[in-house]
Amino acid sequence: MENTAPQLFKVTIDGVEVEVPPGTTILQAARKIGPEVAPPAMCYYEPLKGSGGKCRACLVKVSAGSAKDPRPMPKLVASCITPIQDGMVVENYTNPQVVDARKSVVEFLLINHPLDCPICDQAGECHLQDFSYEHGVGTTRYEEDRRTFEKEDIGPYIQLHMTRCVLCYRCVYTADQITNKRVHGVMGRGDHAEISTYIGQAIDNDFSGNVIDVCPVGALTDKTYRFKNRVWFSKPVDAHCDCEKCSGKVQLWYRGDEVIRVTARKNEWGEVKEFICNTCRFERKQTSDWTIEGPTKVSRASVISANKYSKNLVKKPDFALKLAESQYKNIDDDRPYLHEMSEIQQSEDYKALMAKDEKYFGHK
Amino acid sequence: MKILTEHINTPGIETFDVYRKKGGYTAVEKVIKKMTPEEVVEEVKKSGVRGRGGAGFPMGMKWSFLAKPEGVPRYLVCNADESEPGTFKDHYLMKNIPHLLIEGMIISSYALGANKSFIYVRGELMYVIHILEKAIEEAKAAGFLGKNILGSGYDLELVVQPGGGAYICGEETALLESLEGKRGNPRNKPPFPAVKGLYQCPTVVNNVESIATTSWIINNGGEAYAAIGIGKSTGTKLISASGHINKPGVYEINLGVSCDEFLNSDEYCGGVRKGHYLKAVVAGGSSVPIVPGHLFLKTANGEDRLMSYESLSDGGFATGTMLGSGGFIVFDETACIVRNTWNFARFYEHESCGQCSPCREGTGWMQKVLNRIEHGKGSMHDIDLLVDISKKIEGNTICPLGDAAAWPVASAIRHFRDEFEWHIKEPIAATKPGAVYMKESVLV
Repeated sequence: MENTAPQLFKVTIDGVEVEVPPGTTILQAARKIGPEVAPPAMCYYEPLKGSGGKCRACLVKVSAGSAKDPRPMPKLVASCITPIQDGMVVENYTNPQVVDARKSVVEFLLINHPLDCPICDQAGECHLQDFSYEHGVGTTRYEEDRRTFEKEDIGPYIQLHMTRCVLCYRCVYTADQITNKRVHGVMGRGDHAEISTYIGQAIDNDFSGNVIDVCPVGALTDKTYRFKNRVWFSKPVDAHCDCEKCSGKVQLWYRGDEVIRVTARKNEWGEVKEFICNTCRFERKQTSDWTIEGPTKVSRASVISANKYSKNLVKKPDFALKLAESQYKNIDDDRPYLHEMSEIQQSEDYKALMAKDEKYFGHK
Repeated sequence: MKILTEHINTPGIETFDVYRKKGGYTAVEKVIKKMTPEEVVEEVKKSGVRGRGGAGFPMGMKWSFLAKPEGVPRYLVCNADESEPGTFKDHYLMKNIPHLLIEGMIISSYALGANKSFIYVRGELMYVIHILEKAIEEAKAAGFLGKNILGSGYDLELVVQPGGGAYICGEETALLESLEGKRGNPRNKPPFPAVKGLYQCPTVVNNVESIATTSWIINNGGEAYAAIGIGKSTGTKLISASGHINKPGVYEINLGVSCDEFLNSDEYCGGVRKGHYLKAVVAGGSSVPIVPGHLFLKTANGEDRLMSYESLSDGGFATGTMLGSGGFIVFDETACIVRNTWNFARFYEHESCGQCSPCREGTGWMQKVLNRIEHGKGSMHDIDLLVDISKKIEGNTICPLGDAAAWPVASAIRHFRDEFEWHIKEPIAATKPGAVYMKESVLV
């Protein structure tokens, strides 16, 4: 019988083996293994064709090109656009060169990105925030002036705050691929490049709102939502409606009983699953407009999950303390609990503690 | 040996009639009537000619990589977007002897099976575009272009496309994007242009000078071409010499001529200007590492350095440089390396396309730090910062512009660190007009 199953390629990423079909990129293979190995991505966006390769956040070291040709690749490669080969060995978090390169990418991206997270609507669901928290350093060596722009209204619903833009080109691809006509794009070159509409034109089409969802930072924001709320105070709920323009599958963001924002549903990598239309996004803000499916699953690591659980599911530390206490009693140890030279031993507090419970600190 | 510039001083060589009288278009006749495309590719392979745009990749090999799927058109694109500071050889060639390029284009297109070929000329050179268009008209009238060339059934249309004046469009994939009418951003590779290039069809992108050599190779044979030069650096190369020399200009050299001869003989540069000393040399256009004079004339091992791809890169980046595109810039002791490095950095900041973050942000950052040092406001750790930034850019970008921006800065600090330190320690003296740090041991 003929084997109809597609041939799978074996790749090793950070020592974990995974089998994927040919044509998969390194990043996709790593995502298949799990978030522990997946490289970060600031510009790559799976639903958008042609995206990726720009931010260099996902650089990895290919230490063996393939089983046939096990030579390492000379440079770090962008994992989001490099297809895998059979027998490829990829070093990601395990390679110091990669870790160093990512650190520098964070530094480069933050050169012209303001640290205005406390007033930014994107805070809490910002890819750059996560990226710099996980891969960056706490300080910058940049002393010069940063580029700034005036805020720009592009259309009735969207505001562009170019100062925050990291030029990932996602919104350009979105407008290219899901709307009829793109009226905005990148103007200028180098560090003076900017996203803008041509001669102050407004972005006016039924799917323009999706550029807000794809923006990894707070450069493109929803004018109906701006400054109304912090994302961790709101509760996401999956809902749907019969929409003739789009799938109608959305996330409603509640604060109390009020729908304060409607967005498309995103997968665990922060990518939109199905794009939604502007009517759903900006105009249907009543619960009665929607059929509620239930609360959205939010990763516990996300700040959005804060204050969302009525029961405390995490085992409190006192459990551990009790355990330690019971264990400690079993140990018959005459050694001093603290070093004799320690200053704590000389303090009044320590002496009081000693007097209180000699049993635990069994020495004189 | 003069291959490209043999007839360049003949009056009227830019016209078809004079060019034809001097033996022009005989190679086209030979190719179309007597040779198959495979034979042409083989001949070019034999010649060992390397891409003259800077990377030095063997041209015959590049041609043989071209994918040839059925029913898909193939394209040849000539990269005439020469904008590297210090390089002006293609401009010189196209302006003076446009038919040499046209002839080369016909031969190369025939070899690759392309029926439509493009010459992408830098937008600033509008008058050269007019010269080329006139030359194409003349060639068409003579039956060397258009439908059914010389009755062979082979068609070729040649299009001259002005660029918009961006340095980045000299990068081959950015050039193709620009040619398609899009923003000139380099593409992610793979796929390479040989597989998916212009309009997603297999494409070869070659430099003007590389294409112009093909007519001589066809007329005289690949082996004759390979006999010129030294080792893997075969043939001749146009070098555009500028800076503090007695005779700036474009020179055609046999690869393998010694650097000393090229710099000091009266046939070429004629030596450093009178009363001055050689301080530093940029051997191949602004993006190659700058080297002090003594390392340009002799390698680190004490051997004579030759003008060839291998010899110039001898010693790696620690003591060597690259032949690049042949933009030969000489600095005497009156040149300030810090100021020059800042100037180059300003260029790369301005010309970075802004697509990938290390290059977009890094070039601007380096420029600002260099600006500070040059104007007496730097501090000692800025030097290490510059080295670190250049390392972080190098190799981490989509296209080689990031490397090109990082190398001059890294090499200037490597060889002239004391000059940077002087700018920081003595800001008042260093910022006086015309003030230059003097260290006689560097001068030759």
